[in-house]
Amino acid sequence: MSNETILEVKNLSVSFKTANGEVQAVRDISFSVGKGETLAIVGESGSGKSVTTKALMGLLPAPKGYIKNGNILYGDEDFAKLSDKQMTKYRGKDFAMIFQDPMTSLNPTMKVGTQVMEGLRMHRGMNKEEAKTEAVRLLELVRIPDAKARMDQYPHQFSGGMRQRVVIAIALACDPKVLIADEPTTALDVTIQAQILDIMKDIQEEFETSIIFITHDLGVVANVADRVAVMYAGKIVEIGAVDELFYNPKHPYTWGLLGSMPTVDQREEELFAIPGTPPDLLHPPKGDAFAPRNRYALKIDYEEQPPMFQVSETHYAATWLLHENSPDVQPPASVQQRIEEMDGKWEAGQ
Amino acid sequence: MSDEKLLEIKNLSQHFKTGRKSVVRAVDGLNFDIYKGETFGLVGESGCGKSTTGRSIIRLYEATSGEVLFKGENVQGKKSKTELKKFNRQMQMIFQDPYSSLNPRMKVIDIIAEGIDIHGLANDKEERRQRVYELLETVGLSREHAERYPHEFSGGQRQRIGIARALAVKPEFIIADEPISALDVSIQAQVVNLMKKLQREEDLTYLFIAHDLSMVKYISDRIGVMYFGRLVELASSEELYRNPLHPYTKSLLSAIPQPDPVHERTRRRLAYNPEDHDQSEEPEFREVTKDHYVLCTSKEFEEMQQQAPV
Repeated sequence: MSNETILEVKNLSVSFKTANGEVQAVRDISFSVGKGETLAIVGESGSGKSVTTKALMGLLPAPKGYIKNGNILYGDEDFAKLSDKQMTKYRGKDFAMIFQDPMTSLNPTMKVGTQVMEGLRMHRGMNKEEAKTEAVRLLELVRIPDAKARMDQYPHQFSGGMRQRVVIAIALACDPKVLIADEPTTALDVTIQAQILDIMKDIQEEFETSIIFITHDLGVVANVADRVAVMYAGKIVEIGAVDELFYNPKHPYTWGLLGSMPTVDQREEELFAIPGTPPDLLHPPKGDAFAPRNRYALKIDYEEQPPMFQVSETHYAATWLLHENSPDVQPPASVQQRIEEMDGKWEAGQ
Repeated sequence: MSDEKLLEIKNLSQHFKTGRKSVVRAVDGLNFDIYKGETFGLVGESGCGKSTTGRSIIRLYEATSGEVLFKGENVQGKKSKTELKKFNRQMQMIFQDPYSSLNPRMKVIDIIAEGIDIHGLANDKEERRQRVYELLETVGLSREHAERYPHEFSGGQRQRIGIARALAVKPEFIIADEPISALDVSIQAQVVNLMKKLQREEDLTYLFIAHDLSMVKYISDRIGVMYFGRLVELASSEELYRNPLHPYTKSLLSAIPQPDPVHERTRRRLAYNPEDHDQSEEPEFREVTKDHYVLCTSKEFEEMQQQAPV
């Protein structure tokens, strides 16, 4: 992992026009992704994590969904300003995507080999023979046994885990700089999930690919991420290095996420559940969107949105609790205990 | 949890014909008991037969062979309408997908009251409505929700409606088939807390089917691990996690990613290869230590007993 930034998102806002008005799905988020780095984006359904990645890929459903504001800077280009046609140069080439459900991202009527070869012929201008050799190599790279024979089979002849490998092979076909994985292992069993994660990490190491990994599973985040962004109601509420997020979380929503997963040793006591449901982004609340569900909410939370407070060079959180005038609030005891029981310890000045 | 057996599953098999000659043995000779008031967790990967087991117990499938005894009476086999009704009232199910398990054209009040109507549990309309209001409040919704349609609710709320529907007929036993898998993490905790609360208050017995092992561990008293239609290990959830004996259980446990980055950097996964087993004889379900059962051959049994802490 180097310090070179490959993608920078600045003040991005994405909205959808609906019959009832404008839904502000993503509200003013900024982040960057370094070369060879994995950034995990966590959040609940409707928090805007998938919409963010769609905006990056230029896949927002026009004309309903649109980038309202902000920049997506990649090299000399600003994706936010490019037309759909101009985006095709990057989409599937520099930027590739892996979706949650491998069955819907593969064409059921096409042989697997043909689907892998498609991108190779289109973006890399290979002839049929070259593409075929390359496709077999890619399928071997994602550890599909007997790749040559599998080329002539259809997706339904593959298991879920094997299909997801095919999808990864297709994504890798054009040697992407940024790989966006939207819940790639959510539909898979734990043992298969572990294999897919291993494959992705190996590939990243070999090709220095940057990965944006969307998931709601904190175990997976701890496994794959270098940095983590936590999204809530269209905003990034906390972002930092993976150790900072797990061992020194600052935002009450992050506490809630950590607390709602049972540990292996947990037994009788109740899980720390976040009460209520996320807000309606048709009418985002005036202050902090998390305030109504936040037991530590201050008065100001209902009036003004908190800015990003800096915790360390890499760690930021948007909560008024970090303001110098706010009362000293510690994470709930169950979350503190959770962190206490982890293998990694947080030491100040780390 | 008491010593009273609420459910006894004896040699249950469920085979599906997939062609003229091929048969899928989805569930193959299953034996276990569920005690009154406990939560029995059934875990395994997709295709291992855990959902089929649940569905056979509640008679959504007619079992190929074997018995399911509920309070000593066989659930399977020919039944008169009144007998069936009696069983249906005692056993209810909560489904995985809160979107497809609620009829989109029915109001919440009618969805929840369907069981009440069928079993004639309310004398008049007013009583029926009051009962639905009570149920809605029990599961953490409010009475205003009764006149709405399912599409007006979020996934977590829908799952609460599904729970209210199951509770409506005052069952003793609820089969929950992956009830939280489709929900967000923060909502999962809400639903699990609710299920635990209801268990205490209504004296319910659960069969909790899931693939999320950490949640199963948290909610279950005992856990059965399934692999290819068979139970490979059965123990109290504490014991199973602290001291897994079957190599498949070990492999499954080692594959769960933990929300702890340092732990993740050092975690070693154990692979499971069914061919590593002692092939000299058919494995049987044996009690290795007290209340801890493993599917093993006699040779493996001896080895495990020697290793097991006394």
